[in-house]
Amino acid sequence: MTATAPIPTATPSLGLAALPIDPDQRKGALGQISLRGVNCYYGSHLAVADVSLEIPPRAVTAFIGPSGCGKSTLLRAINRLHEVILGARADGSITLDGANLYGNGVDPVAVRSRVGMVFQKANPFPAMSIRDNVLAGLIIRGQRRGSKVGDDLVESCLRRAHLWDEVKDRLRKPGGSLSGGQQQRLCIARAVAVRPEVLLMDEPCSALDPISTLAIEELMRELARDYTVVVVTHNMAQAGRVSDRTAFFSVSGAGQPGRLIEAGPTADLFSAPKVPATRDYIDGRFG
Amino acid sequence: MAVLAVLAGVLIFLAVEGGPAVFYKQGALPAHATSFWQLAGPLAFGSLWVAVIALAFAAPPAIGVALAATVYAPNQRFGRLLAAVLDLLAAVPSVVFGLWGLMILAPLMGPVDAWLGRYLPWLPFFAGPPSPTGRTVLTAGLVVAVMILPIMAAMCRETFALTPTTLMEAGLALGATRWEMVRWAVLPGARSGMVAGAMLGFGRALGETMAVAMVLSPTPFLVSVNVISSDNPATIAAFIASTFPESRGKQVGALIGLGLVLFGVSLLISVIGRRIGRKAVPA
Amino acid sequence: MSVTALPMGGGHTGPGSDFAADAAVPPMLKTSGPSLWRRAKNRLAAVAVVAAVAVTAIPLVSMIWTAVARGSQRLDLALFTNSMYGVVGQGGGLLHALTGTVLITAATATISVPLGLAAAIYLTEYGRGQLAALTRRAVDVMVSIPSIVAGLAAYALFSMILGPGTRSGLAGAVALSIIMVPVVVRSSEEVLAMVPGDLREAGLALGAPRYRVIRRIVLPTALPGLTSGAVLGVARIIGETAPLLLVAGFTDAMNYNLADGRMATLPVFIYSQWSSKGLDAAAYDQRAWAGALVLMALVVVLQVLARALPPQIAKLRRNR
Repeated sequence: MTATAPIPTATPSLGLAALPIDPDQRKGALGQISLRGVNCYYGSHLAVADVSLEIPPRAVTAFIGPSGCGKSTLLRAINRLHEVILGARADGSITLDGANLYGNGVDPVAVRSRVGMVFQKANPFPAMSIRDNVLAGLIIRGQRRGSKVGDDLVESCLRRAHLWDEVKDRLRKPGGSLSGGQQQRLCIARAVAVRPEVLLMDEPCSALDPISTLAIEELMRELARDYTVVVVTHNMAQAGRVSDRTAFFSVSGAGQPGRLIEAGPTADLFSAPKVPATRDYIDGRFG
Repeated sequence: MAVLAVLAGVLIFLAVEGGPAVFYKQGALPAHATSFWQLAGPLAFGSLWVAVIALAFAAPPAIGVALAATVYAPNQRFGRLLAAVLDLLAAVPSVVFGLWGLMILAPLMGPVDAWLGRYLPWLPFFAGPPSPTGRTVLTAGLVVAVMILPIMAAMCRETFALTPTTLMEAGLALGATRWEMVRWAVLPGARSGMVAGAMLGFGRALGETMAVAMVLSPTPFLVSVNVISSDNPATIAAFIASTFPESRGKQVGALIGLGLVLFGVSLLISVIGRRIGRKAVPA
Repeated sequence: MSVTALPMGGGHTGPGSDFAADAAVPPMLKTSGPSLWRRAKNRLAAVAVVAAVAVTAIPLVSMIWTAVARGSQRLDLALFTNSMYGVVGQGGGLLHALTGTVLITAATATISVPLGLAAAIYLTEYGRGQLAALTRRAVDVMVSIPSIVAGLAAYALFSMILGPGTRSGLAGAVALSIIMVPVVVRSSEEVLAMVPGDLREAGLALGAPRYRVIRRIVLPTALPGLTSGAVLGVARIIGETAPLLLVAGFTDAMNYNLADGRMATLPVFIYSQWSSKGLDAAAYDQRAWAGALVLMALVVVLQVLARALPPQIAKLRRNR
C-alpha cells in the first residue's frame, strides 16, 4: 500500500449543521477499494477478465492502457454503472472499506451515492441552472434546496471545483452556458456535492484544451486529499503528472478480454516497469 | 408548387361552398337551427370536450408506454415489439374503433357510468342520469383516447430516445433511482416533445369522426360537461358525417361551413403544437 | 452509512472504519440505500409503466380478438365472391367493397405519389427561399386537415364542376389524396435528405445537369425508402371512412367505374353494415366484423411490406 496521504484515524462527527466540504470533517471516511477477480461482460462477451487490484484511499490511481483494454469498463464497474448498459454485467468482488459493493441485497443506487463519477464529456443537466446542477444530487433525491444551507453547499462545492469566482454572479444561468472546461468543473462540483468517498473520472480531460486540462489536473491532486480518485486516461504524461499509483491494462488481441498487466506506484511503473508490455506501451511502441 | 395548388384548392372550394353558410338563417340550416353560430357553437364545444377527455386519458399511458419502450425496456427486442404494437394500433381504421367502442366498450362502460352517477353525482361531470347503454361522452372519449395514444406515444418515444446516454448516466452516478433519473434527466429535455405530441393527439382527436359518430347519439344544441348521460353534445365531425347523407342544397353548404370551423380549430392547435415542438429545451 | 449498514459478510475490516464512516457522513446519506419513500416512488413508477403497456395492449388485443371471433364466422368464400346486391339478411359479401377500396386506393396513390414526390424533390433538391418555406408551411397545414374536411373539400370541388350531389369513386380518391399527399411529401423528404451529399456532388462534378443527377443517382438510391413511404401512406388512407362516406357514398352493387356513381369501400361497408341493419341483425354484425378483419389484415400486410421492403431492395442493389 503506497498511499501518499496518511490514513487518518477516526474523529468524532462535527454534525451536519454547516454542511461544509471541509476535509477535517470527513477524516473518518476511508474509501479503500479492493477488486478481487473482477470480470466484466457485455452480453456473452468477456470485456475485462480477472482483475484484482488494491486502490488506496486519498490518492490518485490512474488506469492506463490502449483503447479497448477495458479500463473504462472496469471503472464503471466500481460504481455499478457498467450494469445499466443492456446486457452488461460484472462479477467478482469489489469492496469499499470492506463492504462488498456486489453483495446480495446491495442497492446499486446506494453504491453510486458513495462512489461519484465524472464523465469523459462534461454533462451538466441542460434544463438546470448552475446552482441546481451543483445541487442536482440532492434535488434528485427530493431534498430541499432553497435554504441557506443549500447556498453554502453550492459555494463550498464550487470553490472546491475552482469555479466559484467565475460563476458566482450567474448561478441562475443554465449550466450549458459555460465553456467546456467550466462545465467539467461544474460536473466535479456536482459529484462532490453528494459527498462520495470515491471519485471516478473517465478521461475527464479528453475533450478539453490544454489550459482547462491543467486546471482539472490540479483539481485532481487537491481532491485526492479527501477522496479516493480513480482516473482513466489515454494521456501518459497526465498519468505521470497526477497519479500516485498507476495500473496498466492491455488486451492481447481483438475479441480477447482486457487484463490488468501491472500496477504499482506511478514513479516505479514509469521508470522501471516489470513487464515488457508495460515498457513498450510507456515508451510509445504500442497503442 | 403543386402542393400549394392543392392546398389553395382545398381552401377555395371550402370557402366558396361553405363560406356563405355563416349568414344562413333558419330553414336553410340543418337541425332547424336559427343561425349558423347557434349550430356551430355547441358542436365546437362538443368537439373540444371529447378531445380534452381523450387527451386526459391518453397522455399518461402514452408517456408510460414511451418510457417502457425506451428507458424501461429490458432489451431492444422488447422496445421494437412495443413500437410494432403501437404502429398496429395506429393503423386500426377508425370505423373498426367505432365498432369496438360500440359493441365491446360501451356495454362495459354502462355499469361504470352507473357507479359514477351513484357515488360522484356532485361532480358536474357525473351529474347523470347515467346512461344504461354506455353510449356516452365518457365512452367516446375513451375510444378516441385509444386512437390518439399511439400518435402521442410515438412522439414521446422519439424524444425520450434522443436523451443523451451520458445525461442519464450522470443522474445514476449521482445516486438516483431509475425513476429519479427519468424525472430529472429524461423528462426535462423531452418536455417540448411531449407537449408537441399531446397537441398532435389533440388535433387528431378533434377531427376524429367515425368512432364518435358511432358511439354517441347526440342531442343537438346541447352544451354539457356531463359525461355519463345519454343526452350528449355532438362533435362537428360526427355531426357532419351523420347529417351529410340526408342534406340538400344550402344545408350541405352549412355543413361545409362547419368543416371550415373545424379546420380552423385544428390548424390553430397544430400551429401551437409545432411552435412548442420547435422550441429548444427550456432553460 | 449506506452500504455498510447492510448485513455484509466480512465487512468491518479496518479498525473503526464503520464507526468512522458513520460519524463523518451527514445523516442524509446515513440510510441503507435510498429511503423507503424514494424506493416506493421508484417502484410505483415502474408499476405505472407496466400498467401503461397493459392499458395500451388491452384494447388492441380485445379488438383483434373480437374481429377474429365475430368476423371469422363469415370468413367464407362467399364473402369474397359476392356483393351485397339484393341481399337482405344472411349471405352476401364484400366483393364490391373490396373492389372499390382497391380501385380508389390505386387512384389515390396514382394522384398522390407523383405529386408528393415532386414536392419532396423540390424541397430537398431545389428548395431555397420563400417559395420553399411557403410549400413547407402548406404541407404542415395539410397534415392538420381533418379527414372529414378533406372529404368536404373534394365534395365541394366535384359539385362545382359536375353539379351538386355528385358522388363517385374518383371524388373519393381526390379526398384521400388530400390526406395522402402530405404523408408522401414528409416521408419522401426524409428519405431524400438521407442520400449523401457527396453522391450528388460526384454526379454534378461529372458535368451532369441537376435533373439528370436526381433521376440517375438520387432517386435510385432513395427508391427503397420512397417505396416504403408510399406503402405506409396507402396503409394510412386505406382505412379512412368519413371522407368516403361523404363523397364516394355507398352502394350494394359492384361498380368498376371510378368516374361514375357511388362506389362502396371496405370501411364504408363496415359502417353501413352496422348503421343500416336489416331484419337479421346478427348477419349484419357478422359481416361488419368480417369486413373489419379483412381491412385490418390488409393494413397489417401493407405495414409489414413497408418494413420489409427497404432492406431487400438495398440488398439487391448491393449485389448488382
